[in-house]
Amino acid sequence: MVQTSVTPAIVARGLSKSFGHVVALSGVDLRVDPGEVLGVVGDNGAGKTTLMKILSGVHPPTEGQLLINGEEVRFASPRDAQRVGIEMVYQDLALAGNLRIDENIFLGRERTRQLGPVRLVDHRANLALAKQHLDNLNIHVKSVGQLVEQLSGGQRQAVAIARATAFDGRVVIMDEPTAALAVREVRKVLDLIKDLKTHGISVILISHRLDDIFYVCDRVMALFHGRNLAEARLADVDRNEVIGWIMGNKGGHGVPDRPDRTDEAR
Amino acid sequence: MGVTSPLEAASDAPDVERSRLARLTTFIDRFGALGIVLIMGTLSYVAQPDVFLTTNNIANIFRQTAFLALLALGQFIVIVTAGIDLSVGSTLALAMMSTAVLSVAGVPWPLLILTPFLVGAAVGVINGVGLTWLHMPHPFIMTLGMLNIARGLTNLISGGVPISGLPAEVRWLGAGNVSVGGLQVPVSVGVVILSYLAVWVFLQHTRTGRHVYAIGGNPQAARVTGVNVDRTLVLVYALCGLLAGFSGLLLAGRTNSGFPNAGIGAELDAISAVIIGGASFFGGRGTVLGVFAGVLVIGMMRNLLNLSNVQVFWQQILIGVVIIAVVAFDVLRRRIGSAS
Repeated sequence: MVQTSVTPAIVARGLSKSFGHVVALSGVDLRVDPGEVLGVVGDNGAGKTTLMKILSGVHPPTEGQLLINGEEVRFASPRDAQRVGIEMVYQDLALAGNLRIDENIFLGRERTRQLGPVRLVDHRANLALAKQHLDNLNIHVKSVGQLVEQLSGGQRQAVAIARATAFDGRVVIMDEPTAALAVREVRKVLDLIKDLKTHGISVILISHRLDDIFYVCDRVMALFHGRNLAEARLADVDRNEVIGWIMGNKGGHGVPDRPDRTDEAR
Repeated sequence: MGVTSPLEAASDAPDVERSRLARLTTFIDRFGALGIVLIMGTLSYVAQPDVFLTTNNIANIFRQTAFLALLALGQFIVIVTAGIDLSVGSTLALAMMSTAVLSVAGVPWPLLILTPFLVGAAVGVINGVGLTWLHMPHPFIMTLGMLNIARGLTNLISGGVPISGLPAEVRWLGAGNVSVGGLQVPVSVGVVILSYLAVWVFLQHTRTGRHVYAIGGNPQAARVTGVNVDRTLVLVYALCGLLAGFSGLLLAGRTNSGFPNAGIGAELDAISAVIIGGASFFGGRGTVLGVFAGVLVIGMMRNLLNLSNVQVFWQQILIGVVIIAVVAFDVLRRRIGSAS
């Protein structure tokens, strides 16, 4: 029971969500440790997106609990989730191409300075902070003053990830981050995700690409028809088994009966 | 899907070439509209060497285009959000007429000066609220409705007839002159320059201003990063209305009256100036300086055609030609830019 000594970055217990009569999620558990990358797989309609929307504060759960660093939280909006360090990287990236890189990273949270009666955006500070942050993450661009529309798909993805981690993001949720990328850029983005681990940032990665999952994840869990189907450390599972999970065949794995669960419940 | 071809990889090579072109593109983006002003100015000078550059004529151009300059400025903020405000011409008239009606009723001049701003801002707020809270499908529809409502109100409060005679204090901003080093400079020129500076600071250097550009670039991005898109849009339309009201005050001052047909079609001139000035109709792009250039181009063109005794109908045709030519050139330039 070594793992109980770490407080998980995020724990979800018994999350359920219904939209009218449609049950999208029922009794789903999830746990991610600091600096851990958890892969979430499942067929279309398995409930991955609903789960991520609950975690990032877009939807409140119908039932269930969320714990951040051991404390229960409730989100009324994505803003609340961001406040406790949960950030979402959207599949369509949600970047404004007509703005500079630093402006996208700090959009909605710009540094300002007081000039007489008015509060002005401190462009210089934002540029410098953005540059520093990109350097920290080993993201290379010609200039942080470039417009985002001048960047390649992979660089845009990197900017989106940089934005997610610029404000003390502790858990970054990524929805298919490599789906729209050229092959040569996929590796760079995946390496960036690996880099986040060294900063103690946890990542929840939704992906259909098993290559991605097996390259970056520490653990993988499968959802099927809105429930936990199976979960395993990556070392204990092979591709064919994970493909089986996606089809609803749990093989020998199942959901681990977590020894830590009773501890957390206290 | 995304397979790297050797060709694609090779296209990285002429990087220098590309960045030079990118720099040229940014340069034209920033100062292209001023180029058109220069061309227009040269044309005017060649055609009317005796008159065009006289201080009198220049002051005239500015005085006559001051009200359009403010209308276009407000329209520009709206167009940056990928919106449009068709009601600015009617708002101008309503603001102007409200002032004239209240003046006849004997309201003191400080309140009279305040009136067009309040009326304009109120119209703008209603536009913004209709657009966001009532979820109107497109600003075109909300402001088209408002175009009619404001014009109808203008006629209603005035009985459809002009009212002339305003206190000198009220007329000062639109018709006054100040002596600067012996030159008689129209007060409205100062008004326009200060308004443009203020809006430039707002759009480039305040958080809300940057959010205006973000909304035009990708409203979804603005929303998920916590920008209050609806509130920002209401503010944008309110500002546009406010500037239309201000514009009404200038026109009232210059004509010493309120007349019910004021500003008919002016919304289209305002949109033309914004587009000639290089702003994108799809939002997120354009500069205050460009809009100023767009207004000057229209003003100079009218001036030149008037000086040359060209029939007024030709002005309309030429403005149309300039709009299409400018945008066609812009499209062509972008296509060449992205092809390399």
